[in-house]
Amino acid sequence: MARSINHNANTGALPDFRNFGILLRILLIVNGVALLASLLQVTVIRALPAQFTENAALVEPLLILSLLLLAAGSGVLRRLPYAIGIAAVLAIELALTVALHFATRELFFVEAHSLPRWLFIVALITGMLLVYFDLRGRALSPALAEARLQALQARIRPHFLFNSINAVLSLVRQEPRRAETALEDLAGLFRALMADNRELTPISREVELCRQYLDLEQLRLGDRLRVEWHIENMPPDALVPPLALQPLLENAVYHGIEPAETPGTVSINIYVARDRLHVVLRNPYRPNGDHHVGNRMALANIRERLQLHFDVAAELTTRVGENTYEVRIVMPYVKDGR
Amino acid sequence: MISPPLRVLIVDDEAPARSRMRDLLADVSVALPVMIAGEAATGRDALQIAGAGGVDVALLDVRMPGMDGIELAQHMQKLEPPPAVIFTTAYEAYAIQAFELHVVDYLLKPIKAARLQEALSRVMQSAAPSPEVLRGMQYAPRVCLSAAERGKVHLIPVEDVLFLRAELKYVTVRTASREYLIEESLTQLEQEFQDRFVRVHRNCLVARAAIRGFERAGGEAGEGPWQVVLAGLEDRIPVSRRQQHVVRELAR
Repeated sequence: MARSINHNANTGALPDFRNFGILLRILLIVNGVALLASLLQVTVIRALPAQFTENAALVEPLLILSLLLLAAGSGVLRRLPYAIGIAAVLAIELALTVALHFATRELFFVEAHSLPRWLFIVALITGMLLVYFDLRGRALSPALAEARLQALQARIRPHFLFNSINAVLSLVRQEPRRAETALEDLAGLFRALMADNRELTPISREVELCRQYLDLEQLRLGDRLRVEWHIENMPPDALVPPLALQPLLENAVYHGIEPAETPGTVSINIYVARDRLHVVLRNPYRPNGDHHVGNRMALANIRERLQLHFDVAAELTTRVGENTYEVRIVMPYVKDGR
Repeated sequence: MISPPLRVLIVDDEAPARSRMRDLLADVSVALPVMIAGEAATGRDALQIAGAGGVDVALLDVRMPGMDGIELAQHMQKLEPPPAVIFTTAYEAYAIQAFELHVVDYLLKPIKAARLQEALSRVMQSAAPSPEVLRGMQYAPRVCLSAAERGKVHLIPVEDVLFLRAELKYVTVRTASREYLIEESLTQLEQEFQDRFVRVHRNCLVARAAIRGFERAGGEAGEGPWQVVLAGLEDRIPVSRRQQHVVRELAR
C-alpha cells in the first residue's frame, strides 16, 4: 500500500520558491555551506569570523539575486516538466554567476575566483539543493496522501454522530420536515468527511460545512448554543486545508458549551489582514474542565495538515483568556490558480 | 393479575433525547405497563422529583452539564427506597467500559424500543449497583456531596464546603450555614477532591479557597500549635505537627 502511494505521488516537482519555508531552508543551507568552507580554509579558529565574512560577501549577492529570480519565476518554472525545470534552474544559476562575475570585475576590479571553479561550485550546490528538495518532497508526499486519512482521524466524534441521530429520531414523528433537513445536513457532513481531502478547498465551502454542523448541534442543544459569525470581510475564494475549521468548532461545542450549565456563545471571525488569512474561534472556557486530551489531538492534527500544505507560513495558536478559549489560525491568503 | 405500571423518570439534558425517550416508552407500554413519572434536564431537578417519591426506575444520561449521571445515581442511592437505575449514553468509551466491567444496566443511544423493554422488564429484579461500583465509575470529582436526613437527601455543593472532619463512623461536612453528617471515608474524599481540599490534621480537610490565614493558639504571645482561620467561621481548625508544612506552603 505504502509503495503504491509513493509511486502515485507527484514524483519530481520543483519546490515552491515563493514559500517562506523553502526560502528559509535555502538561505540556511547555503550559508551553512559557506561556514563549512570557511572552517576548512582557516588554520586557526580565531580567523573564522573574518573568513566567513569574506565568503559570505561572495555568496550573499548571488544567493539573494537567485532567490528573487526564482521566486519571480516560480510559477513558470513549476509548470515545466521536471527535467526541464531542473535544467532551467541550473541555467539561471550559472548565468547569474557569470553575470555577477563580470559585474564585480567591472565595478570593483576584483577577480574573486576563477570563473570555471566558481561555476563548478554553484552547479554543485544548486544540484545538492535540488536533490534535497526532491527527497524532502518524496518524504512528505506519502504524508500528503495520508492527509486524507488524518482528516478522517480529526473526524466527527462518535459522540456527536450518535447524539445527532438520536435527535433526528426524536423529530421523525412530530416534525418530519425538520428531520429531513437534519438528515441532509448530516449527509453533507459525511460527504465532506469521506471526500478526497488532499487538495485545498475554498473557505466558503468550509464555512458552509460548519453551518451544517452547527445546525445539527443547535437541534440538540437548543438555546444553550449561540453562534456568532463575523465573516463580512472573508474572501470566499481563499483556499484552506479541508476540514480545518469543523473539528475546531466541534471542540468548542464539546468543551465549551456541552458541559456548561448556562448558555454560551461560539464566535467565528474570518478576515484577511496583510495578505494573510486569519481564522479566529472563541468559546467559553471553564477553568476546571475535563477531556483536554481530545482537544489537543485535534489541534495537533490540524497543525500537521497546515504544515503539510503551507510549511512554516501557517500557524495555529491557542490562548486562554479569563473566560474564553481562543484558537487562531493564520495562513497565507492563497487563491485558485496559484 | 395486572401489575401496577412501572413509574419511569427520564433524565437527559437534551430536549430531543427526552422527547425520543417519551416516544419509546409509549411504544413499550403496549407490551409492558409503564408510565412517565417525570422528566428532568439536570441532576438536581431529577433528585427533587425522585425525592418526592413515586419513581421506580430512573433513566439517566451519563454526560450532563453540572452533575453527571453517575454522580446523580450515587445521590439517588440514598433515597428510601432508591429507584432502580438504567444509564443511557451515546458514546462514552470510559463509561461503557465501566458498565461492562460492573454489569451495570445501560442503553446505547439511539435506543431501540425492544432493548428498552428488555432492560425495563428485568431492572426491578436486578440489584442496584453498589456505591463502591458507582464511585469507581466516576471520571470527574462530584459537584455535590449528599446527606440523608429523615428520608430526604440534601445536596451540599462541594464549593460551599469549608471543611470536612472525620469523627467515628461519619464525616462532618461544614458549610457557612450548617453541618451535615455523611457516611464516607476521609481518605477517599481527600483523593477525589485533592485540588480543592488540603489536609491539615489526621482527621480534617479544609477548603483551600476558604483559608483566610493561620494563627498561633494561645493568644498574642502564643507559642502554641498553628490554627487555620476559615472564611465565615468563628472556630479555628488546629493544624497537626505532621502537617506544619502546609502552613508554610499556603501562608505565602
